[in-house]
Amino acid sequence: MLLAIGLVVVVIGTVLFNFLSPSFTPLASNWGQIDFTLNLTIAMTGIVFVVINLLMAYFVLRYRQQPGKKAAFEPENKKLELWLIGVTAIGVVVLLAPGLFVYSEFVNTPKDALVVEAVAQQWQWSFRLPGQDGEFGKTSISLINFQNPFGIDPEDPNGQDDVLVPGNEIHLPLNRPVKVLLRSKDVLHDFYVPEFRVKMDAIPGAISSLWFTPTKAGTYELACAEYCGLGHHTMRGVVVVEAQQTFQDWVAAQAIFSEEVAEAGTNTGQDPVVVLGQQLAQTKGCLGCHTTDGTPSVGPSWKGLFGKQESLSDGTTVAVDEAYLAESIADPSAKVVENFPPAMPPYTLNEEDLEAIIAYIKSLTGND
Amino acid sequence: MAQVAHADVDHHEPQSFWTKYVFSQDHKVIAIQYALTAILIGLVGLVLSGLMRLQLGFPGGFDFIQNGNYYQFITMHGMIMVVYLLTALFLGGFGNYLIPLMIGARDMAFPLVNMLSVWFYILSVLVLVASFFVPGGPTGAGWTLYPPQAITAGTPGAGLGIVLMLTSLVIFIAAATMGGLNYITTVLQLRAKGMTLMRMPLSVWGIFVGSVLALLAFSALFVGGVMLLLDKVVGSSFFMPAMISMGTQLAYEGGSPILFEHLFWYFGHPEVYIVALPAFGIVSDLMCAHCRKPIFGYRTMVWAILAIGVISFLVWAHHMFVSGMNPYFGFFFATTTLIIAIPTAIKVYNWLLTLWRSSIRLTVPMLFSIGFVSTFLVGGLTGLYLGNVVVDIPLSDTYFVIAHFHLVMGVSTLMVLFGAIYHWFPKVTGRMMNDVLGKLHFWITFLGVYAIFFPMHYLGFMGLPRRYFNYDAFTSIPDSAQAINTFITVAALTVGVAQLLYLFNMAWSYFKGKKANGNPWQATTLEWQTPDTPPVHGNWGATLPQVHRWAYDYSVPGAKQDYLPQNMEPVPAGTGNGKP
Amino acid sequence: MSTLLKSSPPMDAGHNGANGRGNGPGNTPEGVFPLPTAKLGLWIFLAVVTVLFSALISAYVVRMGLSDWVALPEPALLWVNTGFLILSSVAFQWAFVAAKKERRDHVQRGLWGGGVFGTLFVLGQILAWQQLNAAGHFLAVNPANTFFYLITALHGLHMLGGLVAWVGTTLKMRQKPHWDRLPLTLEVCAIYWHFLLFVWLILFGLMWLT
Repeated sequence: MLLAIGLVVVVIGTVLFNFLSPSFTPLASNWGQIDFTLNLTIAMTGIVFVVINLLMAYFVLRYRQQPGKKAAFEPENKKLELWLIGVTAIGVVVLLAPGLFVYSEFVNTPKDALVVEAVAQQWQWSFRLPGQDGEFGKTSISLINFQNPFGIDPEDPNGQDDVLVPGNEIHLPLNRPVKVLLRSKDVLHDFYVPEFRVKMDAIPGAISSLWFTPTKAGTYELACAEYCGLGHHTMRGVVVVEAQQTFQDWVAAQAIFSEEVAEAGTNTGQDPVVVLGQQLAQTKGCLGCHTTDGTPSVGPSWKGLFGKQESLSDGTTVAVDEAYLAESIADPSAKVVENFPPAMPPYTLNEEDLEAIIAYIKSLTGND
Repeated sequence: MAQVAHADVDHHEPQSFWTKYVFSQDHKVIAIQYALTAILIGLVGLVLSGLMRLQLGFPGGFDFIQNGNYYQFITMHGMIMVVYLLTALFLGGFGNYLIPLMIGARDMAFPLVNMLSVWFYILSVLVLVASFFVPGGPTGAGWTLYPPQAITAGTPGAGLGIVLMLTSLVIFIAAATMGGLNYITTVLQLRAKGMTLMRMPLSVWGIFVGSVLALLAFSALFVGGVMLLLDKVVGSSFFMPAMISMGTQLAYEGGSPILFEHLFWYFGHPEVYIVALPAFGIVSDLMCAHCRKPIFGYRTMVWAILAIGVISFLVWAHHMFVSGMNPYFGFFFATTTLIIAIPTAIKVYNWLLTLWRSSIRLTVPMLFSIGFVSTFLVGGLTGLYLGNVVVDIPLSDTYFVIAHFHLVMGVSTLMVLFGAIYHWFPKVTGRMMNDVLGKLHFWITFLGVYAIFFPMHYLGFMGLPRRYFNYDAFTSIPDSAQAINTFITVAALTVGVAQLLYLFNMAWSYFKGKKANGNPWQATTLEWQTPDTPPVHGNWGATLPQVHRWAYDYSVPGAKQDYLPQNMEPVPAGTGNGKP
Repeated sequence: MSTLLKSSPPMDAGHNGANGRGNGPGNTPEGVFPLPTAKLGLWIFLAVVTVLFSALISAYVVRMGLSDWVALPEPALLWVNTGFLILSSVAFQWAFVAAKKERRDHVQRGLWGGGVFGTLFVLGQILAWQQLNAAGHFLAVNPANTFFYLITALHGLHMLGGLVAWVGTTLKMRQKPHWDRLPLTLEVCAIYWHFLLFVWLILFGLMWLT
């Protein structure tokens, strides 16, 4: 009796939860067909779940052990079994057919799609557009350095006009199909914006892709959906969907590879040691966890860091001077700042690099 | 059948403490050693899940839980539960105990190898536990151990931790191979006279086919694990492409992370059936004994187990739909995955049809059997979402997947385990477990797991990625998601603590439980017909049993008893029963 | 646990171990295969080893297809080692045949031959590794090298396992041989050896052809 009630309670609870709970994020792409197939599956499986659980509740009541009543000896019923196999097979087809149909649309990228490259690394995103010539320049891991974070081959003419977006934010034009080419500089990552529905892993050593058409203007958060280490949960990007003209304006404002190469050779008037420190901070991955604008991330922000009194996890305070910074780089677990995870791996730097990074941190006085 | 020569084993009665309880070659002792070790390490896995839920329910609330150790918790929790608890307990624990008894043999075919297998297993657990204490701690690469991150800086435990993990797995695979050899040879060759394959109880079929899968699938993990170990230790590039780590380019190049994924999942998918098939078999036997009716469609149930076993090798890349592999593979694997749903569904119908027009005793094993059907149903149905490739794409790597595999692998198989231990406890120890505690434990667990895992599907619909330490970086996640997570944590901690009830029941009943006769459930299968309870060394006394009927003669029309044990003499038609 | 292992009642004379053979008519096990248990166990084990080497070979073939593949030069020594392995297999087969005829001297010679040539094979493989190392073809230099070392190492480990069993069998031969059991033991050894030879020929052929 209690079991029958329990099963009914489970059915009522789950059905209620289904209707009352928040559910899909609002769709912002063309992939409404995925939602349709998903909803069809929910309906069909929901019905099966309810029916079978209620049947069990009924059987538990109706066929409970009673004095004088014996179980029926019916070891098989070939006809019934065949019928059930048939019905199940039909159910499977009803789910699989639309699913495979929609999938075939997914594997066939529209020819006129805008192509964008998303480059994943621990733990941030950067992006590239192919520029006027519509072709991306070849890239190589061995070419990646502070001047060339995308690793573009300077000898490749196609790469000269590539539009570079080194920050975490990419803009896309409304209502135009976009094919996102994915690659990674280190480990597996995954490009996932829930509102667009589609996702795909970014693989080091290979290029993968997905496509979608953004149908609603807005700002969407990009999450990494393939575990990539300590900062996996902090690897946030932003996708801004806007009108075509606004998008073009945004593209025009971005840097181009040929300009970056030229600029790298000029003297900006800054202290070269500080400049070196800034470049090292980028290439060594420091900026993956330490921001320069004051926002705490995986690690404390570097803005205004030098010279302040820092509270440590053991309750003591320490003055942030050169010695402290040097120690924190070589042996980060020695002193951990309060409310931050002891997540930083140790770095062994030569004296010149260490001095440069410290100089760069010093330069972020917090007065700008 | 042709006379078969037996293995070259001199099988004297063990004499000393060491040969009786420590280095025993008796399958029953070995089974208990497997089971106790598995339960112990399973408790570690349970505690780890509690720690994870504390962080998810109350993010930032516990200083000692940071991103590094959180990722170590999820990795070790997953690996412990799947491999070291479930696989070891179903095959090593239940397989070892039940197979010889249910088929009428004295012991396994290769008792020495069997003994080695449990000691290799215990060694693998020790190596695994050692990884908690090395510099850097245990690996935090996720139980799937994907390269490149599993062996590079930026992932916790990428030093000694991953090396010990892989070493432990290699040792476990040796243990599983030695065990599997025994289970398969014994079932094929050592059945008592009259015990044809199609008279074997479904528990044996499930464990048997699960063992075949284990023997064929673990080699892929072995190869992948050894190659990953080489990549880590000698710097080879099986799976490691040219890549940057912490700002510098590493010395690797040319390797393919996707190759690892194929090798891993070629093992990983059959692995879930290695755990599920024994559960399917066992629950059938539990149900029949406790509702006094033969299993509906025995032949079909056997064929379904075999079909699931075969097809399980053809579906692995449904774990890789968004891996960046050739997208056209998606069509094939979605189809095979949805096809495997058919034999699985048939089993569910047949369980239902077994209950239909039966005489249900709501004993603790029956409660857990019905709990199994309900939770397996919801878990299995969500497999249809994830198998249908395009529906998988938004749901992959979200909490929807976590809900699915916990329900289908963790929760439903655990229901079977609880019911099975309760059911066979009187055979193993000669005492009954406590009924009140058993029922209380069932109710908290059954309702609790729905509270934990049902809402999780909706976190997946809301787009919450899995393997996230927290969601602080994201502003668009609604507060309701956190509310759901907190609710789930409270439910999880409650269910976790409630398991102490079951452990206490086991321990207390071992000493103080009501004494049982040899067959308290009045079941037909051979293990209940041993002359001694608990069975002694050699199981059957001087003469092996002889089998005259299948395993499901419950409520046979015209019979005087409502059950006919498998070794009972044949009943002349229409005259009632003969003496057992 | 003490209740689990009460002493058992006295057994019938002629009772013979775990499988109950000799307990009288009507009590013999139902075997699917008319094979001795040890042989069936071996074949099942060989199935597992087959899957292992198949997985490795598939990975090898896939990797070989990529553009950066540089084939490893094969030392001529490998041909010599192959010869040793063939001789070893032949010796075990001879020992098995001799055991069926209860020719103790032939069995002993066959066993010695099998073990000695098997050991020479393993030593030869190690020597081949050293030759390659000396020529600069280290383990991690390129994938072809790593695969070669890995494949030969796994094969070699299986050989070592077989040699351990060989030591056991040889020691038993020094005492009075049990002629009813010896042919089966030697047959199992021989089958295992032929299998390892077969695997080696495939691996060697694969490496040689690419």
